[in-house]
Amino acid sequence: MLSRRRFMRFAAAGAGAILVSPHIAFASVETERRFVFVIQRGAADGLHIVVPYADPAYARLRGPIAVDVAGATKLDGTFALHPSLVHTAKLYEAKQALFVHAIASPYRDRSHFDGQNVLESGGSAPYQVKDGWLNRLTQLLPPSRDSAIAFAPTIPAALRGKAEVSSYAASTLPPAPDDLLMRVTQLYDQDAQLRPLWQQAMTARGLANDAGARQDPAGIGKLAGGFLAKPNGPRIAMIETGGWDTHSAQMPRLAAQLKALDTMIASLRENLGPVWNQTTVLVATEFGRTAAVNGTNGTDHGTGTVAMLFGGAVQGGRVIADWPGLGQADLYQARDLKPTASLDAFIAGAASEGLGLDPQRTHAQLFAEANAPKPMTGLVRA
Amino acid sequence: MAIETANAAAIALNRFGLGARPDEAPPADPHGWLVAQFDRYAPLPAAWSSQPTSVAIAQQAAEQRMQALHDPASTADTDSAANARRAVNQMLRREARDTYREAVDARIVSALDTPAPFVERLVHFWANHFAVSVDKGPVAGIAGSFEMEAIRPHVLGRFEDMLVAVEQHPAMQLFLDQTRSVGPDSLAAMRAAERSPGVKRGLNENLAREIMELHTLGVRTGYTQQDVTEFSRAMTGWSIATAQGRRPDAQPPGTFIFRANLHEPGARTILGRTYDEPGVDQALAVLSDLAAAPATANHLATKLARHFIADTPPQQSIDRLAAAYTRSKGDLRTVYRALIDEPQAWSPANAKFKTPWEWAVSALRGLGWRDLGGMHGAPLLTQLGQPVWRPGSPAGYDDIASSWAAPDALVRRVEVAQRLAARSNQAHDPRSLGTALFAGTLGTQTATAVSRAESTTTALALLIVSPDFQRR
Repeated sequence: MLSRRRFMRFAAAGAGAILVSPHIAFASVETERRFVFVIQRGAADGLHIVVPYADPAYARLRGPIAVDVAGATKLDGTFALHPSLVHTAKLYEAKQALFVHAIASPYRDRSHFDGQNVLESGGSAPYQVKDGWLNRLTQLLPPSRDSAIAFAPTIPAALRGKAEVSSYAASTLPPAPDDLLMRVTQLYDQDAQLRPLWQQAMTARGLANDAGARQDPAGIGKLAGGFLAKPNGPRIAMIETGGWDTHSAQMPRLAAQLKALDTMIASLRENLGPVWNQTTVLVATEFGRTAAVNGTNGTDHGTGTVAMLFGGAVQGGRVIADWPGLGQADLYQARDLKPTASLDAFIAGAASEGLGLDPQRTHAQLFAEANAPKPMTGLVRA
Repeated sequence: MAIETANAAAIALNRFGLGARPDEAPPADPHGWLVAQFDRYAPLPAAWSSQPTSVAIAQQAAEQRMQALHDPASTADTDSAANARRAVNQMLRREARDTYREAVDARIVSALDTPAPFVERLVHFWANHFAVSVDKGPVAGIAGSFEMEAIRPHVLGRFEDMLVAVEQHPAMQLFLDQTRSVGPDSLAAMRAAERSPGVKRGLNENLAREIMELHTLGVRTGYTQQDVTEFSRAMTGWSIATAQGRRPDAQPPGTFIFRANLHEPGARTILGRTYDEPGVDQALAVLSDLAAAPATANHLATKLARHFIADTPPQQSIDRLAAAYTRSKGDLRTVYRALIDEPQAWSPANAKFKTPWEWAVSALRGLGWRDLGGMHGAPLLTQLGQPVWRPGSPAGYDDIASSWAAPDALVRRVEVAQRLAARSNQAHDPRSLGTALFAGTLGTQTATAVSRAESTTTALALLIVSPDFQRR
């Protein structure tokens, strides 16, 4: 019986030059920086997360679901942070967290699936661009490395594209015997679709040894942190979160959602250790929600929302907002927070500065189709 | 058997059906075999007949709640009343989970044992088109009954009938927040405003939007935010009877009811047409027009073509299916016949990468299972990455390879294959099984790998994870 380590070597040899062993694959590292994209699927309500408590219309619009700022951290004279975001508040105080409010992608309708497609592809319209901006970002790094890993059983759209990526999610099944794995390696060798996928899987398994992650927020943060902290590990990661589509019972649901997000970020930071100072974490959603509460103590699909940035080198401790106001005449289509900031510009700036890349060039590579204004800069220290 | 016929037989079994079984001979007339299934299909087969209806589930929950809360021990003081409420809620959640698991098993056994695997596949297709997700607590116990009551009886009928059954089912109403949507100028809203002026009750447009975007017209087909809002006004009053509250409904809990006092009064204008029907008929008239719309024909034709032909299906095939839908006024048998007659659907290349559900069902069938032998289906599908009735979003699960053909997903399949193979009937010769499951068209590479495996278990596992078996 082969040991797993020896099997990895065997599989590498058996598949020829394409499958290189993890150690060699991760050797050619040009940047020590890390970039993590956390997507909030379902349209997270920015007005509930970074609360514009000083806007006179807020309490009136939100009524029973207005966040009580008595228990919240005041970020400045206008905004307060939801009370569930305990660790986030500490990061803000340490100037390692910043928020951009009234932000949106170029998408202006209200379908989750189209909105997520625009956010992840980086186009200006749904399905206009076939690959994801995170994959194109990966292509700006040295090509010889397997440098992106998705913490999900399948590849999310933002990471799909030309650059090879790997996915990993903790399995509760007993592992298949090495003999079977070896035979599968041989069987897939002539299959153009399955061969590269299988090789990625075997490489990720080698990396994940002893990661021991569970699928809870702290576990996901630990797993991601463990991977990213390795000197020869990946540099770019994407984490998918769901449950943000709060058409009803928004108060308790978002309290729990935000607590989970807060826990995950805290655990990520803890497990990155000193590497936190070279890491940038961007959190974004496809669009926001209606400014007013709906008939069922929730909110319906909207437009402008909030995006977040965390990391040891982030120029944090501030909320960036050209605040449009919540008066009836100030709302987008008389119902949503009007977007005054471009999510594409924010992503381009944060990703480029976070990875030490040129902002203009990164912007052109990521959002060529979206006609976004120039990248937002001054977000992350060099 | 001539090679063309053998190919067509394999396609009928594996692409249109749910995967070949070793104990069923390949069809001599593949087209005829598919059409004949319309008469063989049972809406309520043995596996499903033991499952509780949504009304029975709601009624039982109401009785248990009543008993627990009227127990003298639980009404002694406010603390014990709160404790009793917590305890009964916990018990009901546990029971809902058990009901869910049993319904998943029923769905799988029905798929293993059916005499009409093509029609059974279409049930799965429509259940995913009209997706509900057990992520939402109240849906957990009734997702199975949703498929049994709203999808299965209508899979060979008119699309509009399925649409109405779906939108009136408690699972869909609860999943998309319909039951508490209130017309802003309805009687109920006005009375509530008198009682407590601070409390705002109003519309929830979730269900109306997803009906237009996902169930009928499709996204970006020309409807506006105003159409969505108007439709959600027309839908107000559509609700589900409950036994809770101060004034329980007269109807049994879990049944669809129209609450006139929640309905927004007045005519509605949607997509340029005015609807002045009274009460429940208003939204029914809208649904009828949505079902008949050309955009709906195109949307449904695209999804069917994607399911049976390719991730990006040829436009001509979509057009022919849409024409059949429109010509027959949404008669689904006519659409399925057009699909069977569609030359592209018989292309010898297997363009579709199986979803985890398709793979698991075809693997169990291929290994000769007719029941689950004490195993449970729900955790199996969760491990494979596609938990049954839990797509998380109302769009349902994707039907394209890039969503499923991923590194970790392949590893899961290999792990499950090993376990299923080890528990399967080892009396099959893996080599002849390979011939049988592909009607003699198995690729030589897989055949060689299977024949060289060191044990029957490894050979069976290799067969069901082979490139040939991953696609249909």
